[in-house]
Amino acid sequence: MLFLKEFAKAGWPAKAGMAVILVYLFCAVFAPLIAPYAETEVIITAPWASAEESGTLLGLDQLGRDLWTRVLYGARNTITIAIVITLLAFFIGMAAGFFAAVVGGVTDQLLSRIVDIIMAFPTLFFALIVLSILGTSVPVLIVVIAILDSTRVFRISRALAMDISVMDYVEVAKLRGEGLWWIMRREVLPNALTPLIAEFGLRFCFVFLFISALSFLGLGIQPPAADWGSMVRENAAAITYGIMTPLVPALAIAILTIAVNLVVDWFLRKTSGLRDEV
Amino acid sequence: MGLLQLVAKRLGFGLLALFVITVLISLGVEVLPGDLAQSILGQSAAPDTVAALRRELGLDRPLHVRYGEWLFNFLQGDMGTSLANKREISELIGQRLLNTLFLAVAAAVVAVPLALALGVLAALHRETLFDKTISMVTLGFISLPEFLIGYILVALFAVQVNWFPAISNITPDMPLLKQLYASTLPVAALTFVVVAHMMRMTRAAIVNLMQSPFIEMAQLKGVAAARIIVHHALPNALSPIINVIVLNLAYLVVGVVVIEVVFVYPGLGQLMVDSVRVRDLPVVQACVLIFGATYILLNLTADILSIIGNPRLRHPK
Repeated sequence: MLFLKEFAKAGWPAKAGMAVILVYLFCAVFAPLIAPYAETEVIITAPWASAEESGTLLGLDQLGRDLWTRVLYGARNTITIAIVITLLAFFIGMAAGFFAAVVGGVTDQLLSRIVDIIMAFPTLFFALIVLSILGTSVPVLIVVIAILDSTRVFRISRALAMDISVMDYVEVAKLRGEGLWWIMRREVLPNALTPLIAEFGLRFCFVFLFISALSFLGLGIQPPAADWGSMVRENAAAITYGIMTPLVPALAIAILTIAVNLVVDWFLRKTSGLRDEV
Repeated sequence: MGLLQLVAKRLGFGLLALFVITVLISLGVEVLPGDLAQSILGQSAAPDTVAALRRELGLDRPLHVRYGEWLFNFLQGDMGTSLANKREISELIGQRLLNTLFLAVAAAVVAVPLALALGVLAALHRETLFDKTISMVTLGFISLPEFLIGYILVALFAVQVNWFPAISNITPDMPLLKQLYASTLPVAALTFVVVAHMMRMTRAAIVNLMQSPFIEMAQLKGVAAARIIVHHALPNALSPIINVIVLNLAYLVVGVVVIEVVFVYPGLGQLMVDSVRVRDLPVVQACVLIFGATYILLNLTADILSIIGNPRLRHPK
């Protein structure tokens, strides 16, 4: 409720961003109901037939499937995977980060050095190595990207928990005989939540763009499942004939990331005063 | 901590990361479903042919011996052979590496001055319409996937008006000007990707600097604006700006992979992606190590330059 009250006072960019996010979520949840055709249904075998020729909203894709249907299902597949990855990354990163900060000593050193090593190397290259060893499948993608991404969450949660774990109330909880998990969950987490929520939005954008890029490279979500990155890749040849089909899923990606950024921007300004962006 | 120690620490992590990658790959080959020799020859190969190839590839020897041998050869420039087409990897990579470097250098030559100029202008005219517009536009560009920027450029400049080729097919025997012409669109796309980040970081660095006490002091003393910028701000801005440039060049190394695929550019990134798809591990390994080493080297350069430019960093706390 408090959130809604505060959000009502937000500027138009944040409100527009939130509206876009809600529309996307609605499409993702109700894709089977809104979509006029089935996910992989071929309407007529006329590649890239225009909207008028095929009597559909956005025309057909490279195999003669309805582009609008594919975009809707793409929202479902791509957004779901991105959210699952981000949640998993936060679970791993926060658990490890809080643990390292509260326990300290050798454990902290070891975890921090492992993260240093992973972060010394671009995420894309790590991901490519693992994918070429294990092959591309959705579970592999989820676990690999979540682990790689959790390193950044680890850094932030550890830094936050470092400040919190020296507070008197944590000391009191320790003296009271509370367990490690209880302290992490009940004392550290609530006090670290605000910056972590903002980070969640940014991480989601990163994961979402990353998975789209992988799919675009042909290494992410595999056909025939509808996915925006793969759709750009599959339809890329159309652009040289002046057909704008590949731009539709690419724009769908761009609009969502911009919308999330606008909301996160508002949230950051709201919670941390005026923070100059980098 | 002295300068040398800091640099050594960073270099250590970088090398360790590269080492971990190579170990990861060796272990990966080991746990790969199916035997390497079997997968090269196919399922129908006779058992003794497979055994012969296993011996030839040295698969019958223990893992650590093979790893040591591979590392020894790699450090001497012998990267082994591709599984997919049996060609020498160094031969596969050579020309492509040059092409990728050509693309990256061309993009850097355009992007660096442009980003610095825009960043400094935005910082000096903070909170004006110019600053706000540029801030919005760059935020937009950061949120865009790289391939969208690439395809928009293709749609505009290769399809709507047929100025530049949509596919950058460059060969070593082409004259330089022709190569530049053929790679105009990938260079432009890469420039857009990097300029947005670089410009925002430059702006943030300058804004931060202009708010420091010594600038305010100079202003209160009544020093002329031009003198403040040249004598007070610039020497202190040098180190953060160099840092921004080098960090973004490292970012360019990653961005180049997607852009190469968009424009079917015959570079190292394209080769790497193709090799991941057919799971040609030795080639992937060589490409990743080259990209990774470049990335780590650039980051290291950023560290060293910023420590040289800012003596305070030599004495943390």
